[in-house]
Amino acid sequence: MEFSEYIKTANVEDVVLRQPLHPPGRGTLCITGHHLLFSDREEGSCQQVLLLLRNIDAIEKSVENLLTCSGLFSNAGLSQRLDIMLSGSSGTITIKCKDLRVLQLDIPGMEECLNIARSIETLSCLDSMSELYPFFYRPSNASLRDQWGLSSLERHYSQMKELHDRWRLSTVNRDFSVCPSYPQAVIVPKSTDDDMLEKVAKFRQGGRFPVLCYYHKKNGMVIMRSSQPLTGANRKRCREDEQLLQAVIDGSDKGYIIDTRSSQQALQARMTGGGLESKSCYSSWKRLQRQMERGKALQESLIKLVEACEDESNNMDRWLSKLENSKWLSHVQTALSTAGLLAECVERDGHSVLVHGSEGTDSTLLISTLAQLIMDPSCRTLEGFLTLLEREWVQAGHPFQQRCAHSAHSHARLQQESPVFLLLLDCVWQLWRQFPLALGFSEALLLRLATEAYASDYGTFLGNNQQERCALGVKENTHCLFQALLRPRERDCYSNPLYEHTELAIWPSVHPQSLQLWRGFFLRWTPQTHHLEEAQEEIRNMVIEWGKLALSSCPAST
Amino acid sequence: MEHIRLPKVDNVRLLDRISPRRSRVGTLYLTATHTIFVENEAGVRNETWVLHSLVCSLEKQAATASGSSLLIHCKNFQVLNFVIPRERECHDVHLSLQRLSQPERPDELYCFSYKPNIDAEERRPEWDFLDLRADYRRMGLPNSLWKLSSVNQHYKVSDTYPADLFVPESATPPVIVGSSKFRSRGRFPTLSYYSKENHAAICRSSQPLSGFSARCLEDEQMLEAILRSNPHSDFMYVVDTRPKLNAIANRAAGKGYENEDNYSNIKFQFIGIENIHVMRNSQQKMMEVCELRSPSMSDFLEGLESSGWLKHIKAVLDAGIFIAKAVAEEGVSVLVHCSDGWDRTTQVCSVACVLLDPHYRTLRGLMVLIEKDWISFGHKFSHRCNHLQGDPKEVSPVIDQFLECVWQLMEQFPCAFEFNARFLITIHSHIYSCQYGNFIGNNQRERTELGLREKTHSLWSYLWMNRADYINPLYRPDHSQTQGLLRPSTAPYCFKFWRALYNRFDRGMHPRQSVEDYLSAIQEETQQLKEQLASHKQKIAQLEQEQEWSVPQKAVPFDKSPTGWTFCNDMANTPQDYTGGFFTSSPCQPRAPITLQTEESNKTSKSILSNGSDQESGIADVSCRSPLSEDSTRDPDSDEAAYSAS
Repeated sequence: MEFSEYIKTANVEDVVLRQPLHPPGRGTLCITGHHLLFSDREEGSCQQVLLLLRNIDAIEKSVENLLTCSGLFSNAGLSQRLDIMLSGSSGTITIKCKDLRVLQLDIPGMEECLNIARSIETLSCLDSMSELYPFFYRPSNASLRDQWGLSSLERHYSQMKELHDRWRLSTVNRDFSVCPSYPQAVIVPKSTDDDMLEKVAKFRQGGRFPVLCYYHKKNGMVIMRSSQPLTGANRKRCREDEQLLQAVIDGSDKGYIIDTRSSQQALQARMTGGGLESKSCYSSWKRLQRQMERGKALQESLIKLVEACEDESNNMDRWLSKLENSKWLSHVQTALSTAGLLAECVERDGHSVLVHGSEGTDSTLLISTLAQLIMDPSCRTLEGFLTLLEREWVQAGHPFQQRCAHSAHSHARLQQESPVFLLLLDCVWQLWRQFPLALGFSEALLLRLATEAYASDYGTFLGNNQQERCALGVKENTHCLFQALLRPRERDCYSNPLYEHTELAIWPSVHPQSLQLWRGFFLRWTPQTHHLEEAQEEIRNMVIEWGKLALSSCPAST
Repeated sequence: MEHIRLPKVDNVRLLDRISPRRSRVGTLYLTATHTIFVENEAGVRNETWVLHSLVCSLEKQAATASGSSLLIHCKNFQVLNFVIPRERECHDVHLSLQRLSQPERPDELYCFSYKPNIDAEERRPEWDFLDLRADYRRMGLPNSLWKLSSVNQHYKVSDTYPADLFVPESATPPVIVGSSKFRSRGRFPTLSYYSKENHAAICRSSQPLSGFSARCLEDEQMLEAILRSNPHSDFMYVVDTRPKLNAIANRAAGKGYENEDNYSNIKFQFIGIENIHVMRNSQQKMMEVCELRSPSMSDFLEGLESSGWLKHIKAVLDAGIFIAKAVAEEGVSVLVHCSDGWDRTTQVCSVACVLLDPHYRTLRGLMVLIEKDWISFGHKFSHRCNHLQGDPKEVSPVIDQFLECVWQLMEQFPCAFEFNARFLITIHSHIYSCQYGNFIGNNQRERTELGLREKTHSLWSYLWMNRADYINPLYRPDHSQTQGLLRPSTAPYCFKFWRALYNRFDRGMHPRQSVEDYLSAIQEETQQLKEQLASHKQKIAQLEQEQEWSVPQKAVPFDKSPTGWTFCNDMANTPQDYTGGFFTSSPCQPRAPITLQTEESNKTSKSILSNGSDQESGIADVSCRSPLSEDSTRDPDSDEAAYSAS
């Protein structure tokens, strides 16, 4: 397919770009199949903006009379240009990005303006995945033959020697036929064979049978995750499912099931074929219902919050009421406290836990990831965290393609969008704020991930699950984000200079007073955030200076 | 001592505010200055000290089977809930504390009994530590435009003003006296800050007694003189910090505001900051929200909004910005007043100074600023902080708002302030503690009469001696953020709730590791290493000179962990204390796993879990140093400190 058919006007001169944190600039605008390129030709500066079209969430266009806005450029050099431009009409395109940046382009010539707008509208939401930029991105410093991904479940299993007694690696899903959204290999209790797994898969929504997601070395307890059981209205049972879970507990007295729905939601799910583990059939398991917001409601929460952040009324009451009304921080609070509950069950009370909601691809992953960060120091390093994300989000089948298709600005009708991953990053940021020395990565990493999940040069977040990624040949034809983030230069920027390993669990406080708006993300494009970035830079410099001196004070012994 | 009806009560329970089921049992002692709770637990001696002067309110609640409950709210936002076994004892403790916490006479204040055995001669250097005249000299005063006036010597013109005042060179005593007669409480327009770069000045006064039509020639001349003291400017601003409606209402009482027609070349401006009563209620409402047991996010945000507190903070900061910009950017002088010119005027002038002058963002500078605009200009600390038994309607957290404005600025400009938040919080608690003489009395005249310089100690020199605790390791005097006028944003989303002050004693709410402490440790070590390196280099040079080729002496291998580390690790561990116990002095001990109750008792188990990550939040164990709570309530130097277990 040719992108050129969507590009009627590829270049426009004399475009004025307004973007946050920069003075307006005048230069050339260029549209390609995947990018919007602006280069400024003002003397003494060479501002360039390269924006991935995929990053554009919404555009607004308006046609303006140039005479009225000429006041903006009062210096002599520019006023000469004005008469050239006065010959035609012009238009303004406001571009709202998925990373919450808002750009404005003043384009001379109405037709050019409309052409550009049309190109952006089409090219920013191409349906065909194989046409996306990651398949075209070929950086000079990497080769397609480089290692893709950080780890695999096979490797994870082989490294975890302590698992081998009671757990096995199953490849029942090697052709994705048992569970389309699971990876090819999963870890299950040794006593359950593949035939059983196939039966259990039929009893769980989307085939997501219970699999191991975390093994707590201190006490041997585990976190399992799955989707809801398909008990339906007539309360079907599945013996193999019950046996599998019994095998998880194996000898210890009791396990917990954390269901991320309210009791009522779980009961209602029976009407549509879903359901919950009844006390009578799963007598060794105790269910805890913890309602977490999901789906559309979460997306709407994000939209409301972003809208509140962009409100310019300068009114405190209005701001606080909009912030409250968005409920975003409530969702952060719920996610962290449910994850705290999960970690408490495992770490402090010594019980294994099964986590699921309905599909088991969203809030389930959210709290299992957070609980692992709370309990497991090996997840808190830069590599550890990225590996965790790879395992628990990419490989475990969080449908990135659907969830991150649009962000807060889009006018498109909501379908499967939901900022679950963003909520995760926000919760991780809250942890980072409360334990600034315990996490090995920086806020910059979280911001980068938040951007990449929505629009990326890399193939990592493409598709909805491993099956789709295999079909597309993501591994063979794109570069891996996680590998790129670990290159020396990136590593410097994304590691936390203050990090010091601690074996202890990091229990977050979930009091409303302890949780804050993630200004670094939601107010990223304001000058205030810029001051805070400068402070982070100072911190880095201090640690570097100290490190250098500490090194030089221990001269190499002869 | 005569007020202590009962010096000691045994078997008292101190309840945890957030989860009342966790409580500590111990003995309650009443001393002349403190309430002390000593926990009876084998091994560890846990003590909680509360200064009587910090007690803000006492509530005795109805007796129950377990005893009578006494709820103590402190001015530093500590809340203590004791349960005393016998009603009679509770009654006695209540009455004793009521009397002890509300002295009737100034000489009963704590500052007069705090380290009393030091004579005036020894106290002098403490009080001479800050010199206001030196600050005016720093501004370049006196000069050809502004002079030091002796008109208020012996407080004859205005008894609430300081004796030393700067006035325009051309202002003659008759003009000053005439103007003072036309202003509430005689508080005539006088200089607060002068910018030597552009000659613009901030002046302050009280409202004019203009009523509906009154005029005063001398007052008009006074403003004219102020305008003329700024040779580059042909007008000046007059800022009335009250809401317009309030100012108009004052006209009916013969007070009011300047009529632009009567004063030449003034631009008059209202900036609506609410009065002390609104502020008092607002803070009370906010504190109710802070004390909710386990509020949801919505409860908290709704409560915060309806308290209006952040709105008021924003109003004060907005006003400060208006004035600072007028001075720095327009080069225009500003006269600021409210009604009496000692609350809102003080706030706004001092906020403007912090924005304008980097000096006021240093440790010493902030102290000088408080000394100048608050203490010397007669902010009524005794009334506003309720040091003595008095009219509750006079109480208002005006100074809290100033400190919070500074904190909000620090949050926006992390490299621009030499001091840290601990400094502000320490100042806050000593404003209320009455331990030092600085904040006693309502004005300079009262302070002189009380002989505070001779009989009490000064907070400023104490803070200066301990300045290492208050340094912001990120302060960069040469950073672009730090230069000249600060330009903060006052978009509503820039304002945060100041947890470290208002929930100061709820330890579970605060970050578990302190970046600041870590950086301070690094900074200190970097300094040491630099010195070491320099001395090594010197040694090497020396050795080379001596033509010796032996291997230089091996350096002591440096422990790559800065000193703050162990402490930080301890902090990381504390949250494991979810259900039991308090912050003990050895948090590294492994805790026995707590078994989750099974079905029989799952009602309780569920409620524990429902707050999955609900933190225990103990009353600060005073034997443990917290980064955010210096212990104003138990000064290590105080006589009683010998009592403390260490």
